[in-house]
Amino acid sequence: MNAYRETPIQKTERSIDMFVKRMLLAALAAVVLTTAPLVTAPLTTASRVQAQEDYGIPQVGKINEEIRAVWSDYGIRPSPEEIDSKWLRRVYLDVIGRVPSVDELNEFARDRGRDRKRKVVDKLLNDEQYAEEYARNWTSIWTNVLIGRNAGNDNNSPINREGMQKYLRDSMARNKPYDAIVKDLVTATGTNTPGMAGFNGAVNFYLDKLEEDGVLATAKTAQVFLGLQVQCTQCHNHPFNEWKQDKFWSLNAFFRQTRSRRGQNPDANSDMRAMELTNADFRGEGGNPDNAEIYYELRNGLMKVAYPEFVDGQSIPTSGRISEVNRRDELAKFINDSETMPEAIVNRYWGHFFGYGFTKPVDDMGPHNRATHPELLSHLGQEFRKSSFNLKDLIRWITLSEAYSLSSKITKGNELDDPTVGEPPKFSHFYLRQMQAEQLYESLLVATQAHKVRGNYEEQERKKAQWMQQFVIAFGTDEGDEATTFNGTIPQALMMFNGELIQNATSIKQGSFIAQLATDGADGKEAINHLYLAAIARKPSKNELQAANMLLLSHKGNTAAALQDIFWALLNSNEFILNH
Amino acid sequence: MNMLPKGMTRRHFMSHLAGATAMVGPSLMMGNAIRANAEELKKQGKSCILMWMGGGPSTIDMWDLKPGAATGGEFRPISTAGDLQICEHLPKTAKVMNHLSVIRSMSTREADHGRGRYYMHTGYVPNPQMEHPGLGSVIAHETYGQRSELDIPPVVSVGSGSVGPGFLGMAWAPFTVNSNGDVRNLRMNGMDDATLQKRLQMLSLVEEGFVKQNRGPAAMDHAKILQKTVNLMTSDQMKAFRVREESPQMTELYGDNNFGKGCLLARRLVEAGVPFIEVDYGGWDNHQNIFTTLRDQKLPVVDQAMSGLVIDLEQRGLLKDTTIVWMGEFGRTPRINGNTGRDHWARSWSVVVGGGGIKGGLAVGQTNSEGTGVDSEPYSSEDLMATICRAMGVSLETTFQSKSGRPMKIANSGKLIKEVLA
Repeated sequence: MNAYRETPIQKTERSIDMFVKRMLLAALAAVVLTTAPLVTAPLTTASRVQAQEDYGIPQVGKINEEIRAVWSDYGIRPSPEEIDSKWLRRVYLDVIGRVPSVDELNEFARDRGRDRKRKVVDKLLNDEQYAEEYARNWTSIWTNVLIGRNAGNDNNSPINREGMQKYLRDSMARNKPYDAIVKDLVTATGTNTPGMAGFNGAVNFYLDKLEEDGVLATAKTAQVFLGLQVQCTQCHNHPFNEWKQDKFWSLNAFFRQTRSRRGQNPDANSDMRAMELTNADFRGEGGNPDNAEIYYELRNGLMKVAYPEFVDGQSIPTSGRISEVNRRDELAKFINDSETMPEAIVNRYWGHFFGYGFTKPVDDMGPHNRATHPELLSHLGQEFRKSSFNLKDLIRWITLSEAYSLSSKITKGNELDDPTVGEPPKFSHFYLRQMQAEQLYESLLVATQAHKVRGNYEEQERKKAQWMQQFVIAFGTDEGDEATTFNGTIPQALMMFNGELIQNATSIKQGSFIAQLATDGADGKEAINHLYLAAIARKPSKNELQAANMLLLSHKGNTAAALQDIFWALLNSNEFILNH
Repeated sequence: MNMLPKGMTRRHFMSHLAGATAMVGPSLMMGNAIRANAEELKKQGKSCILMWMGGGPSTIDMWDLKPGAATGGEFRPISTAGDLQICEHLPKTAKVMNHLSVIRSMSTREADHGRGRYYMHTGYVPNPQMEHPGLGSVIAHETYGQRSELDIPPVVSVGSGSVGPGFLGMAWAPFTVNSNGDVRNLRMNGMDDATLQKRLQMLSLVEEGFVKQNRGPAAMDHAKILQKTVNLMTSDQMKAFRVREESPQMTELYGDNNFGKGCLLARRLVEAGVPFIEVDYGGWDNHQNIFTTLRDQKLPVVDQAMSGLVIDLEQRGLLKDTTIVWMGEFGRTPRINGNTGRDHWARSWSVVVGGGGIKGGLAVGQTNSEGTGVDSEPYSSEDLMATICRAMGVSLETTFQSKSGRPMKIANSGKLIKEVLA
């Protein structure tokens, strides 16, 4: 089990050497017209340690170039490349939502090819064995974006959480193009609960956002798909972005044909609300369906009129009759044709992989909140459209970029790049961030091999959702604002110390993961190595190994009990809970 | 199985571990505050209870009524034990208004829930470049020096998420509990003290090793939280959270509901020496049917809890050292909308203050006859924060410094609302 070694960390210096060497070789080649084979060999070696590897993917090359340009503007030197095992942990957490298993770490360590990272990314994205986990991870992420962590968890909610997740899981598993997802969500009609006639899980996005003429649907649509914060403009012009109150209501007018009503829950024992989302003719607040207008109120009490008009000023016929104009269909087209839509999703995904987007927050874009890398953002937006809105392509470009491969260790050359103090991120080192609760949950299942015996999908998700409930804090507003206590504070630390999840993960009952390790015939050292790899993707240091050995001694031959102490300690460490 | 490293005895090993476990102690730095006036901080034992009305309460229907005006709504004013009138549906609070004052000239600009919550908690408008600490974290940070014996986190949030610690760091984050005082996972499960000790020693090796790699502040924050968690788990101060041990009479005084229990819990935490407690009571976002909702649901709960808290604190001699603040993120529109509701309104609204360092019985400032504007000097979140700091003896000269070197004056340089300062 010594497949584990670290790649050299002095790559930057080496790559400079290699760069010089390459330049010399190239010059030589030009002068003496050396035949190709003569230079190919050294060039291949050179590119192996080349820092700006782009894997032959132009978008990756462009990211590297634009990110480097900002470094050189600010005189920043990037951190060295992260060691392979830590990079692997990072990409597993971000792409499929859990840490890699010991087997997966070892398999990667055996591959020394220069293409090894690309192969891993492609495997996580395209290999059948990761399809379910990929879909699960992005379903969690998107569920939280679309309906939050709390919606659908009690029977007063018009949302069916499982229905929302079913729609997302199907879409993610098939890698449905993003514009199609937007269209599904914005135009959805049908019933919200799996098993109902006319089921369409996508309707759950809007079902809890239709009160008060759909102001929340308006705000969320702009925020999620266009990266625009417009909720303030419901009542007045925005204090600092260019949005005006009339724009809000013109956007809102697209939602006035939308209705929701109660349906029959197919499960007679369930007291959850079954709902249906439909379109119906809108008579207009003036009572004329051929010119169906809406009214809104200015601060001074004056009423103004509004018709459906997209954020860029494009409008549609004013008829409220669904047979003539389906307003949400038109809205979806506007969104998907806009320049903002691909930029908003690029920004959101970039934020997912780096902890910071090009704007903060990722869904508040515009002239008032300038992007840190405007050209890169715009370029990636265009490329994303050209790739037919393929989310997996976007993930591939980001995860194979140089910036994503850098160590989280801060060096002298980049200590000023510190977004935690409000500096705009330069992505010159990887930024530490906490695992999400969902990632912790899934990681523990895999680290302890419990994923091999988990129940059916719905059952698993229900269990996880139940566990997640302890972290939700809801604020008392009609907009359903919420936060999580899984944020690195004491309640989380207590859960990690004493909670059932950790108790199960560190159980030494017969058949448990640790009991298995202890009796597998492996000597103590191997078992300790295994725990370290499973939890933090590295082997113990000499000091740590000595300490672990002393624990073994103190347990007088009860290996399982000692391993339990060690694993508990590892799971409670910063090195485990932080994505680094 | 010979696992013993050569030349290493058990004794040597334990001392090695002991050295490693020192990590969460002296090597830590606590924040970057420049303390301009250390003397001010020596004042002992002050606390603040913030009653947070999430959603934006209709202060025009509670503390600044406009009978007869088109905007006046359905409620009538009644006289109180102070020099002001308040809503008829707050009769118990009316009797203790000699301890509470209403600031009627709050005038702010943030009428969105998220932005308003942030602004009223921090004194700053949201800024993508900077996360500002909430009032609770600031007070905790500034008074913690006097409370070295306190194991309970110095800012406790009952039932709400409050606002985070911003640039002060996660160590100053509000500790969130529900109104029953339940602290989840507090009890060690199948782990005795000796086992915990051994595990913590092992843990500290990994933890410290990672901090030393200089990967950013999150690693150190985690270490600090670990230490606080260990303190909490092993402290008998945690009995302050056992609000269920209060007598039925006491529960009745505050009201047998979540907000009442939350306020009662806050009093217990004040007794335990916690400098800042926020108690959340949401559900004020009354865009429709506002008068029935207020009369039948919201006001009776507030009336019972608020009066109960004042009476109880006074009887225990704690009121003079406990500053009370009642507020939400904004008020509600004077104009009543088509659904008999009121919408978001920040231009002219009220907050209530009282107790330690505050004069009671006053109405400070005034709004116009319709309640749509402020006729006297307008007050802001910064002003209110500065006033609370002064009432608690926290120096307004305090300046925080972010790592990027930007100086940030406490309470965003707000001006004192002198009329209410005792």
